[in-house]
Amino acid sequence: MSQDKISVEEISRIAKLAQLQLSAEEVSNYSQQLSKAIGYFEQISQVQTARVEPLVTPTEIENILRKDEVKTETSSEEILRNAPHKTGSLFTVPPVV
Amino acid sequence: MSFEAVIGLEIHAQLKTQSKIFCADSTVFEAGDNENTSPVSVGMPGTLPVLNERVVEQAIKAGLALNCHIRPKSVFARKNYFYPDLPKGYQISQYDQPICEHGSVEFKLNGKVHQIKIERAHLEEDAGKSSHFGDYTLLNYNRAGIPLLEIVSGPDLRSAAEAAEYARTVRQILRYLDVCDGNLEEGSLRCDCNVSVRPRGQEKLGTKVEIKNINSFRFIEKAIEYEVERQIEATERGQRIIQETRLWDPDKNKTFSMRTKEDAQDYRYFPDPDLLPVIVTAQSLEKMRQEIPELPLVRARRFVSQLGLSENDADVMVSEKDVADYFEKTGALCGNYKAAANWIMTDLLRELNDGKLSIRQSKVTPENLGALIQMIDSGKISGKIAKTIFADMWSTGDTADKIVKAKGLVQISDISVIEKMIDEILTGNASQVAEYRAGKTKLLGFFIGAAMKASKGQANPDVVNQILLKKLQGGS
Repeated sequence: MSQDKISVEEISRIAKLAQLQLSAEEVSNYSQQLSKAIGYFEQISQVQTARVEPLVTPTEIENILRKDEVKTETSSEEILRNAPHKTGSLFTVPPVV
Repeated sequence: MSFEAVIGLEIHAQLKTQSKIFCADSTVFEAGDNENTSPVSVGMPGTLPVLNERVVEQAIKAGLALNCHIRPKSVFARKNYFYPDLPKGYQISQYDQPICEHGSVEFKLNGKVHQIKIERAHLEEDAGKSSHFGDYTLLNYNRAGIPLLEIVSGPDLRSAAEAAEYARTVRQILRYLDVCDGNLEEGSLRCDCNVSVRPRGQEKLGTKVEIKNINSFRFIEKAIEYEVERQIEATERGQRIIQETRLWDPDKNKTFSMRTKEDAQDYRYFPDPDLLPVIVTAQSLEKMRQEIPELPLVRARRFVSQLGLSENDADVMVSEKDVADYFEKTGALCGNYKAAANWIMTDLLRELNDGKLSIRQSKVTPENLGALIQMIDSGKISGKIAKTIFADMWSTGDTADKIVKAKGLVQISDISVIEKMIDEILTGNASQVAEYRAGKTKLLGFFIGAAMKASKGQANPDVVNQILLKKLQGGS
């Protein structure tokens, strides 16, 4: 059972959600590797947390807010400079739907 | 069997800010492709979001106006999905701790008051815009990071008409607060509709279908009408309704399936570690409360009870905050609210509509309209002349007084002047006078017309009437 904390089905589902294509061998490998990694965290579940508020951030400091002001950081040319493919000033990507 | 529709709406309202929710890119709609972008909005590794304070203020105001409880501490969460319109791989949204919850909205439809629950209103960032071309997709990230408030109603709506009216009411409230421009064409207000049907009297809800991204109130109504009909017919044929997402096709007037529950996303929400919880202090809550103007429903009630308008007139006057302000100012200046409402409804709004202008762009100011109404009320000009004066005021922006003086349009109420004029008319039309006296009293209209024409419309019609009757019946 400890071998199977993350089943191959679950790996396939996560891969699909992340748009990753994995071979059957990879799926099986990841299932074992991730199950092992998750196993290390098993100990944590022994801690009593019934009365503990879930932690959202480790630093309970005041809000950091920005004034509503426009600043131009980069031009569209700059932002597109790293794009492998573009059409005019638009990013071109493979079809996803 | 008779069926009942159960409808809930998710309204995505773009908040009215200069810059995006988590970075300083401009939110201006008219911008070149990818002009309003920066490393944060295109999701470059290592960039960090910083929350825009205006967004929080506007969400609080909207929440208060929707009678919501404002959470002293709300949390941003990551909604994970892999799609190129959000290059980070997740949308920053709020999940189990939204900023506003448990509110309600009231509206009137065909004279009946409806109260609809607001389950929650949460902050999130918009995604980029993708355009599909078969073997490739183009992306514009100007919209990525635009602040949105998603307002989720309870499943309290029972008809397409109610749903559309609810959406109009929410838009009106947001516009009163000046936190959303409500521009449907530009996508600053978008609507998802959850629709299900159930046999009347049944408690349990039917399987719901979501209709996504509708951007007009008319389409909301049509899409829901179609969908309710479709679900009832399917149920009557013994088919099971599938939980799915559908889209509205305005050309074919029908909804079609986009994806079913089976391929539904698992968003794997978790608190965003890049952002601190949003803390709303009692002090800032109070400050926002002070800034909320009188809202349309309350204002309409006041117009009825204090200013003597009919309910219908009051509803028209409060439709937009600027119209309501204009009306109150005009009414206060001339002291005749009823007349102010009439002029605005029948003349001003028509001209504004024809010219596709907002009331702020009107050349006729409340001061000038108020002065025009006073001239009528004091008998200086007739109501009929006032219409032509208004047309001049509309095109030139001049005051009524100036137009009256320039064109010599002052109403003639002087009895001796009118008598003299009428005597001339009666002398000139002796045969008609004889006919009238022989019993053809319908001819009175002819004489009134002649008198108005002779005075170029400036004779006081009441005085003309009186004198004519006296002279015609007097039989001299």
